[in-house]
Amino acid sequence: MKTIYILWLRQLKKYFRSKQRMFASLAQPLLFLFAFGYGFGSVFAKAGDGNYITFLAPGIIAMTVMFTSVFSGIEIISDKQFGFLKETLVAPVSRFNIMLGRTLGGATVACIQGVIIFLITLVAGFHPAVSGLYMAFVFMFMLALFFTAFGTAIASKLDDMQGFPLIINFLVMPLFFLSGALFPVTGLPKVFGMLVRLNPLSYAVDGIRGSLSGVHAFSLSFDFVILAVFAFLFLYIGAELFKRIQA
Amino acid sequence: MTYSIEVKNVSKKFDDFVAVDNISFTVTEGEIFAFLGPNGAGKTTSIKMLTTLLEPTSGSVILNGFNVALESDQTRKSFGIVFQDPSLDNDLTAYENMEFHAVLYGVPSSVYKPRIVELLNLVELWDRKDDLVKDFSGGMKRRLEIARGLLHHPRVLFLDEPTLGLDPQTRNKIWEYISNLNKKEHLTVFFTTHYMEEADRVAQRVAIIDHGKIIASGTPIQLKEKTKSATLEDAFLALTGTDIRADNSASMDGMRIRNKLWNK
Repeated sequence: MKTIYILWLRQLKKYFRSKQRMFASLAQPLLFLFAFGYGFGSVFAKAGDGNYITFLAPGIIAMTVMFTSVFSGIEIISDKQFGFLKETLVAPVSRFNIMLGRTLGGATVACIQGVIIFLITLVAGFHPAVSGLYMAFVFMFMLALFFTAFGTAIASKLDDMQGFPLIINFLVMPLFFLSGALFPVTGLPKVFGMLVRLNPLSYAVDGIRGSLSGVHAFSLSFDFVILAVFAFLFLYIGAELFKRIQA
Repeated sequence: MTYSIEVKNVSKKFDDFVAVDNISFTVTEGEIFAFLGPNGAGKTTSIKMLTTLLEPTSGSVILNGFNVALESDQTRKSFGIVFQDPSLDNDLTAYENMEFHAVLYGVPSSVYKPRIVELLNLVELWDRKDDLVKDFSGGMKRRLEIARGLLHHPRVLFLDEPTLGLDPQTRNKIWEYISNLNKKEHLTVFFTTHYMEEADRVAQRVAIIDHGKIIASGTPIQLKEKTKSATLEDAFLALTGTDIRADNSASMDGMRIRNKLWNK
């Protein structure tokens, strides 16, 4: 338990010490929020779907959480390169606990980033349902666990700091664009709609949006179950691949 | 006589390459033991097998009475290690690196707090304890790693080229700390180095590995007498030859890189 805590604490300390990283990783979601939010706002309203910021803000929050968590995998690669990983692998601690501590740390950092973006969306004109905050946070945390574990799985197989962002962007960008973070998922062309439904991120976006804005395409309990299944599945895969890293 | 390390018929093969070929040796409790050999001879691979990081293809290793392959957690608690490459977290302070290690090894805070003070004072880094490690020089990092390796009261300390790239002042200091600890805490020390005069001065016993095989072992005096050499360096060269075995070390490097790419 204490070992998981100290690994978690290490991630947080590193996060708070790296202000550039904190700001840099907020830049992209902010760009999406303002460019899309204000750019498409009037079209969205004319189409009869109401306030676009209210629709978009939960998507941007999900985006922030997803990207921050999946990119936390790069810390495993940098720990490999700077040798620190050996220090943890030679310690009398199970690999599973090391992976769990790191994943919880990465997920916590991603949630903090998500909350920061949430506060910014309030300034941008987002009026969320206060009663849904708690539920939205639950969805955020599960999303963060899922994608941190996903990043861990990929980082466990890679040694190359340059390769990681490329692979991640290749995998994660399509997930993001096919998630309904930017547009409603109802009434889409058939194949496109299928892809959205196959995408686990769609359920996180839907869950957060349902909690905060009251607009959702699926039921919140369904969103929850799907997300929980994927979070556990990827924690398992991530742990298995992390166990196989050789020092 | 109690052995800290017992290695029996250990081999390690990577695909078709034999990195370590049927080595056997023992290190007695409280001994300072030097493991010498040219580049690519199998030193680091051997250390990895002694310290649970790599599984031998065949043979057995007993460390402090624990079977390394079967009782890895007990084994890991019983030794400390300073790796060839740095393994500190540069974004944490010296104290935080120490504390992280203590918690990872399950040392209670009532024990580790005074121990950290003691060890950081020993390696003369106490006044820098709250500085980030990234601001440290190479020598300071090495000293911190040695302090960290000793934090959980290990009975054996492994040092893989601990003085590589350090100035004579720091090298002397490091050996001074280690000799003191060897006497004071009855610590067994297993180290590798390319500085033969260090091995001659510090080690009570030496083993020389070449092409994955142990080709000689004994006290430095015995090895010098056996080869009729004036220094341990001459003895080492007499035993391992003066050639830079380019072919072999190139294939070794190739293997190391492959190994890094696939297994790291």
